Amino acid sequence: MKKKVLVPYLYIIPGLFMVLFFVYIPVVSNFIYSFFRLSSYSAEKIFVGFENYIKLFTDEVFLIMIRNNIYYAVISLIVQVGIGTMLAILIESKYSGKFRNLYRNIYFIPALISLTAVGLLFKFVYSPDIGLLNSALRFLNLDGLTHAWLGESKLAIFCVIAMSQWQFTGYITVLMVVAVQNIPKEYLEAAEIDGAGPIKKVINVMLPLVKEQLLVCSIITIIGAFKLFTEIYTTTSGGPGNSSQVLGVYLYQNAFLHDDMGLAAATGVLIFIITVGISIIQINAAKSGEV
Amino acid sequence: MNYKSSNKKKPTKEYILKILLNIFFIFLSFMIILPLLWLIINSFKTNRELFKNSLALPEKWLFSNYKEAWDKGLFSYFKNSVIVSFISLIFILFFSSLLAYGITRFNIKFNKIIFFVVLGGMALSEQVALVPLYKILQNLNLYNTYFALILPYIAFRIPFTVFLMRAYFLSIPKELEEAGYIDGYNSFQIFYKIIVPISKPIFASCAIVNLNFVWNEFLFANVFLESKSIMTIPIGLMTFQGDMKANYTVMLAGITIASIPMIAMFLIMQKQFIEGLTSGAVKG
Repeated sequence: MKKKVLVPYLYIIPGLFMVLFFVYIPVVSNFIYSFFRLSSYSAEKIFVGFENYIKLFTDEVFLIMIRNNIYYAVISLIVQVGIGTMLAILIESKYSGKFRNLYRNIYFIPALISLTAVGLLFKFVYSPDIGLLNSALRFLNLDGLTHAWLGESKLAIFCVIAMSQWQFTGYITVLMVVAVQNIPKEYLEAAEIDGAGPIKKVINVMLPLVKEQLLVCSIITIIGAFKLFTEIYTTTSGGPGNSSQVLGVYLYQNAFLHDDMGLAAATGVLIFIITVGISIIQINAAKSGEV
Repeated sequence: MNYKSSNKKKPTKEYILKILLNIFFIFLSFMIILPLLWLIINSFKTNRELFKNSLALPEKWLFSNYKEAWDKGLFSYFKNSVIVSFISLIFILFFSSLLAYGITRFNIKFNKIIFFVVLGGMALSEQVALVPLYKILQNLNLYNTYFALILPYIAFRIPFTVFLMRAYFLSIPKELEEAGYIDGYNSFQIFYKIIVPISKPIFASCAIVNLNFVWNEFLFANVFLESKSIMTIPIGLMTFQGDMKANYTVMLAGITIASIPMIAMFLIMQKQFIEGLTSGAVKG
C-alpha cells in the first residue's frame, strides 16, 4: 500500500515541474525584475523601486501604445466577433446552400498561416509602388485613394489592424459555426411556430444560446489585442516614429535593443495585470452565467 | 390545394435570398483569397515583371524562384521547424496526458492546488515571462539551442493541453479501468493499454492545436535563437527577408513555401482541426 501512495505523483511531477520552472518562476521573476535596473550583459542588479514604472507611465509613447492596443481590441471585437458571428449564422442558415463548408474553409485559411508570413506578405500588399492595394486602386482608376499605407503615421496602425481582421475573422466564424450547430433544433422550430421572423429568431433564440461561446471569443480577442507583438513587429516595428507602437513591441525593444530590461519587465507586469484581469472577468462571468 | 399554392411563392423568395447570399459569400471568399493569389502569381515572376505590373500574370512561370528560396535557407529553416515541433509535440502530449490522468484518477493531497496551478498557467502570456526566461536559458547554457525553444514550448502548452485531456479523461467510464485492475494491470498499464487507445481523438486534436502553435511561434524564436543554422521557419523568414534584400520574388516564394504545411494539414485533417480548436475555445 505504501508504494501506491507515491505512484500518483510520478504522473504529475514531470508536467508540473515544467510548468513551475518555465512558466511560473519566470513570471514571478519578472515582477522582481521590474523593481531593478538590469542589463543583459551583466548579472548586476540595482534596486530602483518604482522607477521603471514611473518611466513607463511618463513615457510619451505610453498613451500612444495604450490607444493602439485599445484600437486593436475594439476593431477586432466589432469585425472578428461581430461580423464573424454574423457570418457563422449566415453560413448555418438554410439559404447558404451546398457550398457552406467550402466558404467556411476558405475564410479559415488565413488563420493557418504564420503571423510572420502574413506580416511579410502584407508589407508587400501595402507597398506604395508594387503593392496589391495601390495597384488595384490604380487599376480601378481610383488613383486619388492610393497611399503610402504603412509609411503614413496616421494610417499605419489601421493597416496592421485591417490585416489582422483579414487573418482572424474566419477563425472566429469557425468557432461560432460549431456553437450555432450545437443549438438544439427544437428551440428554432419552436420559435418558428411562434411566428418569429429570421431576425427575431437570431436575436431572441440563437444569440442567447451561444452567449457562452461569444464571451469566450470576445475574451480571446481582447487578450490577443493586449499581447499583440508579431503583427506589428513584422510590418512597422512600431513606426513610422512611434505611431503604431504597442505594449508588446515596446517591451521587446527595451529588453533587447535598448538594454533596459527593468523597464521591459515593468511593461510585462502591466500586460500581466491587463490579461489576467480580463481572464478573471471571464471566469466570473462564466460562473454567474451558470448559476 | 391551398398548401401547394402558398408553397409555390416561397421557393422563389428563398431562391433569390439564396443567390444573394451566395454572391455575398463568393465576394468575401474572393477578398480572402486575393492577397494569397497575388502572392502566388508574383512568386513565379522575375523582379522586373513584379515592378512593371504586379497585377499581370508572369510571362514565364519561374519555378526556379522556389528552388532558390528552398536552397538559400528555407530548407534549413523547414528542417529546424520539423525537429523543434516534433520533439515539443511528443513531450507536450506525454507530460500532459500523464498529468491529466494523475489529477483525474488519484486522490492526492494537493490535487486542487495542482489543478489550479496548472490550469492557471493558461492565463499567463509569453511576454510576461520573456525577459526572465532569456536570463534562465543563458544561465543554463541553453540559449541559442533547439532546447531554448523546446523547453518553453512544452511548458507553455501543458496547461491548455491538460485542460483538454482532463475533460476527455473524466468522460471515460470507470468500469473499463476496473476491468483492467481485475486483470492485474498496474496503473501505468491501465494508462497506456486502456486510456491512451480510447483517447486517440483527443490526442489528435491536441497534437494539431499545439502543432499550429509551435510551428508558427515567433516571439520566443526571435529572442532565444541567434544562429541561422537552427532558426525555425517564422524567424527564418525574417532573416531570409534580410538576405534576399531586393530579390522580392524569391522572398514571395519563401512566404508561400512557409505557409503550405499548415494549410495542407488542415485540408487533410479538417475534422480534428476544428474539434481541437473548438473544444479548446468552449471553456478556454
